[in-house]
Amino acid sequence: MFSGSFILQIVSETSESKYLGLFNKARQKNETVAGVILLICKEALQHHGISLSMEGVVNLQLSSKSVGVFEAFYNSVKPIQLISSNIEVAKAGKIPGGKTEIPFEFPLHTKGNKVLYETYHGVFVNIQYSLRCDMKRSLLAKDLSRSCEFIVHCQPQKSKVIPTPVNFTITPDTLQSREKNSLPKFLIRGHLDATNCVISLPLTGEVVVENSDVPIKSIELQLVRVETCGCAEGYARDATEIQNIQIAEGDVCHGLAIPIYMIFPRLFTCPTLETTNFKVEFEVNVVVVLHDDHLITENFPLKLCRL
Amino acid sequence: NQRCGLEAALVDFGDYHPLKPIMVTDTKTRRGTRKGSTSSSSSSSSSAPPDPLSSMLDGTDPLSMFAAASASETPDLGRRKREKEEEAVGPDFEPWSLKRGEILARFTTTEKLSINLFMGSDRGKATSQGSAVSEKVRTRLEELDDLEEGSQRELLNLSQQDYANRIEELNQSLKEAWSSDQKVKALKIVIQCSKLLSDTSVIQFYPSKFVLITDILDTFGRLVYDRIWTMCSDPRPLPDNFTVEDVNDTAKETCLNWFYKIASIRELLPRLYVEAAILKCNRFLNKSAIQETLPRLTAMIRGIGDPLVAAYARAYLCRVGMEVAPHLKDSLNRNFFDLLGTFRQISSENVRAQLVLQMVEMPEYLTLYSPAISWILQCIAYRAPESLLTEMMERCKKLGNNALLLNSVMRAFRPEFVAARATDFIGMIKDCDEAGFPKHLLFGSLGRSLASADPPESERLTILNEAWKVITKVRSPQDYINCAEIWVEFTCRHFTKREVNTILADIIKHMTPDRAFEDAYPQLQTVIPVQSVELHFQFLLFSVLQERFLPFLDMFQKDSVRVEVCKSIMEVFIKHQVELTRDPVILNAMLHICKTMHDSVNALTLEDEKRSLALLIIGFIRMVSFGRDFEQQLSFCVEARATFCNLEPVLVQLIHTVNQLAMETRRVMRGNHSRKTAAFVRACAAYSFITIPSLSSIFSRLSLYLLSGQVALANQCLSQADAFLKAAVSILPEVPRSISVEGKLRSSESFLLDFINSFLATLLVIPDHPEHGVLYLVRGLLNMVQDYTWEDNSDAKVRVYISALPLLAAMSQETYLYSIPKVDSNETLYGGDPKFLSEINKLCETLIGQILDHLKTLGRDESTRRQGALAFSLFGVLLAHSDLRNNKLSQLAVNLWNLSHKHGYCETRTSVRTLEFIKHQTQQPDMAHLSDMVQRLTLQSRT
Repeated sequence: MFSGSFILQIVSETSESKYLGLFNKARQKNETVAGVILLICKEALQHHGISLSMEGVVNLQLSSKSVGVFEAFYNSVKPIQLISSNIEVAKAGKIPGGKTEIPFEFPLHTKGNKVLYETYHGVFVNIQYSLRCDMKRSLLAKDLSRSCEFIVHCQPQKSKVIPTPVNFTITPDTLQSREKNSLPKFLIRGHLDATNCVISLPLTGEVVVENSDVPIKSIELQLVRVETCGCAEGYARDATEIQNIQIAEGDVCHGLAIPIYMIFPRLFTCPTLETTNFKVEFEVNVVVVLHDDHLITENFPLKLCRL
Repeated sequence: NQRCGLEAALVDFGDYHPLKPIMVTDTKTRRGTRKGSTSSSSSSSSSAPPDPLSSMLDGTDPLSMFAAASASETPDLGRRKREKEEEAVGPDFEPWSLKRGEILARFTTTEKLSINLFMGSDRGKATSQGSAVSEKVRTRLEELDDLEEGSQRELLNLSQQDYANRIEELNQSLKEAWSSDQKVKALKIVIQCSKLLSDTSVIQFYPSKFVLITDILDTFGRLVYDRIWTMCSDPRPLPDNFTVEDVNDTAKETCLNWFYKIASIRELLPRLYVEAAILKCNRFLNKSAIQETLPRLTAMIRGIGDPLVAAYARAYLCRVGMEVAPHLKDSLNRNFFDLLGTFRQISSENVRAQLVLQMVEMPEYLTLYSPAISWILQCIAYRAPESLLTEMMERCKKLGNNALLLNSVMRAFRPEFVAARATDFIGMIKDCDEAGFPKHLLFGSLGRSLASADPPESERLTILNEAWKVITKVRSPQDYINCAEIWVEFTCRHFTKREVNTILADIIKHMTPDRAFEDAYPQLQTVIPVQSVELHFQFLLFSVLQERFLPFLDMFQKDSVRVEVCKSIMEVFIKHQVELTRDPVILNAMLHICKTMHDSVNALTLEDEKRSLALLIIGFIRMVSFGRDFEQQLSFCVEARATFCNLEPVLVQLIHTVNQLAMETRRVMRGNHSRKTAAFVRACAAYSFITIPSLSSIFSRLSLYLLSGQVALANQCLSQADAFLKAAVSILPEVPRSISVEGKLRSSESFLLDFINSFLATLLVIPDHPEHGVLYLVRGLLNMVQDYTWEDNSDAKVRVYISALPLLAAMSQETYLYSIPKVDSNETLYGGDPKFLSEINKLCETLIGQILDHLKTLGRDESTRRQGALAFSLFGVLLAHSDLRNNKLSQLAVNLWNLSHKHGYCETRTSVRTLEFIKHQTQQPDMAHLSDMVQRLTLQSRT
């Protein structure tokens, strides 16, 4: 009837602060999502019931290059529901004009033996949790609906992570490349302080250009997600870049340790995940660009966890 | 459909709520964009990265919402607070704001500059270089698609000024974007700007570019800090020394968001600079955050390949570090050690190739580093213990005495520190290789330190010798004078005439060929005041004068410059010369200087300029005294008059000097002039008499005539005094009716009246000239007054008449009120001769007649107020000076009293007091007749 004057909003109380406007403070398992539904309307409003639903879904998608190969398999990729529940907030009736707050609380209980995964926004795998509030109205007026995402962080793993430094040396000989003989001489050494990383702490290490016949143009850290979707019939594995951080620009001083430092972006990373249907893994590439645009890449699989 | 309804609802939603933008619809579109731009391969760095930054920041800006939510802004508080914190560094720390201007002025270019800005997408330079055409087309298409966000602007062919303007525009648009809640755009502007710092084309402009761009970064840092600060200021502002606990979660989260965003900036340099810019915001997050961030950023700079870019990045980090946490010295030192560690980069192939390409010489390139390195060293040296400085020096030494470093060390470290090790430094300078950094610059820096701190006494001469050995070999006159200028001060302070002379001689020798001095006037000019403020200024300057100074002055061949130099010398002279002098050397030199100044005066010279020159010359003239040798002094004045004839104030001063000389002679002779001194004072009078007419100011002439007349009279030169007064009377008609006083045209009447009154006072003691009639001068004056064209409607003439009456009354006394020793006034000449008295009476009658006539006219003209005032003053004169026993006179007085009160314009208080005075007078003996009059004087009530 007059949807313009009506506002329905869900406020998650437990979301204490916001992260880039999306939401924030992650919920952990066995906790509750609580908040208020905020209704603002200029005058009294007739409705046929207000309901609130919570849903957690893993969306899987195949990359275009995989689709051709696994055409048969394509259909089998359907969203995996992790959690779902629905409650009635208010029976049909009338809301007085002004501001109305209806508090609510959902326990985060999974269906059966399903596990709640951490919120993750990827390319082929998406794990998302949302609240949705619906207001049913008479035939003449449109139903109203509003939803918001909330974030789930896993409970920290009990075991302590013991950092295992990884040393690396890159020379033309260590490269698996056909043209390794045509490459100029160089020796690049370095180490990562750990490859089993805590997701809230930066990835650190050092890289040293010991010598190089050709000037170096740039050294970059490329954070890559490796997403695998599949089942018994087969699987699709795709690696895509999350972010690329330049740690050196120009011909850096030889023999001087350049710090490796990268903060894992929120949302786009989650603890390494391995399930029967999909996997989310992360890798980091140390990319050295030579002056003639030669790329030298050293790959390190990472294992992310939350402490 | 549902979505439409939602959107509409969103628009209408007026109230703020933190979770408002949390909508699934929003998230979905976001995911779509990101997927589109994600490359499928991880092997190529040139593929466009899916930028979490821009994808996260798309759409509505959450920060703006926070901003809307934050309580009323209190930016002022924030600013005040900031200032307070900056003070923590202390006033003895030379602030960046000073360096800023210096750098901008010093590093300039005439080359064309360019600004390349990619707003929007974060595609780096690597992309655009890699694939040429397709990329260009794509960018162009994108530009068409989205002019505002994704536009790439490349501005070519900018002059330096254009460039600065553009940067300032960016600074403005940053502020605008921020205030209009476009935080994303603001961040993008800052990122793009800091990216410009990786561009080293037109390298000689780089330091200035750094200054301009870091201004923007400062603005940004301030904005972010203030924003977060105001977020916590609800309900009350944060205290200055707030702790992390005082910061609310929203503010913390916002702050953290900024750091997350910055951490995902792709390129190294913007990431580094922007994080440094908001370094201070770490205070909101964690107590030790700054302490942890500084070393990390310091290490990060190691990744910058270009040594110049890295050096400036370090300078910026040090600057921010000093502002935010001056106590964290470690990372400052760390920065410097890293800088030393990467120093060999400067001579790398890359740099050489770049210099060849840009046609920049190595020495010039090296000087580009000096602001950055000096700044870093200044930060380190600030209140640093001696041991640290020594360690720094040792480290520099280990690097093979690199000249550039050495120079910065000498400039940044305390002058006392440098001065104490001056000999060491000279040794190090000698060891430097000549190729890179010119040695005269090193000696210049050393000289600057030595000018403000003294090296050990025993080493001074060696230091000077060693330094001058190098300086004198400098070929380019410009370089030479730049360096020599600095050392002159050191020399003046510690050495004698001989050394200073040697140095001045050397300067002259260097600067004379090819008229090199013409380009070096500013430097040569500073040589002089610097030299002269020294304590033993006199000893030095004047002994030097004879031999070297005048030739030195001759180097200033451009008139304006030369006059400036002369002026500064004269200022110093007047300030420091406390005793009168007759030293011919000084006089000769000073006359020369003053003559130079005087000769610069021409028709176009401004009045102010003339005045200041005249003041300086007068200052000099007052300093000259030949003691008892009065004749010498007079002849000096004669000479000075010839020399300074164009500056009137100087002539006036000369006349005063000569008059003073005459009076001094009289004092010495105790009033009894011998034949010789009598002739001398007559000569003085003659000097004045012939000088005065050359003045153009009529009042100067009048008062000088009067004064000189008085002096002549005091010295018993009767005919001279007569001549002076006659001359004064004769020029009276020339007095214009209005004169300009301080630029404004004013009536000359009051000045003229003042003059005539004092002239009348003098006339009492002037004896009549035997050949002329009685009261010749008084009559002459009154005739002139009669004939003078007074202003219309002016009572001035009558006022003169009224004031002449007391004179005439005084003249008729048996003994005059005052007299001049050894001069017989009219009292003695006439001895109360009745003829003389009757002359006076006649004159009085005429005057009173004239006055009464005038009063009548006033009555007719209805100018009753003026009439009353005049009548009252005449009454006053009669009361004071006339014999009121005379019935006619007393009747006249009563009439005048009544006239003045007739129209009620009389001031009652004055009338009452006058009456009281008269009543008091009646008590006196011989004054009984007044009581009769008092009866007839009535006070009129105001009607």
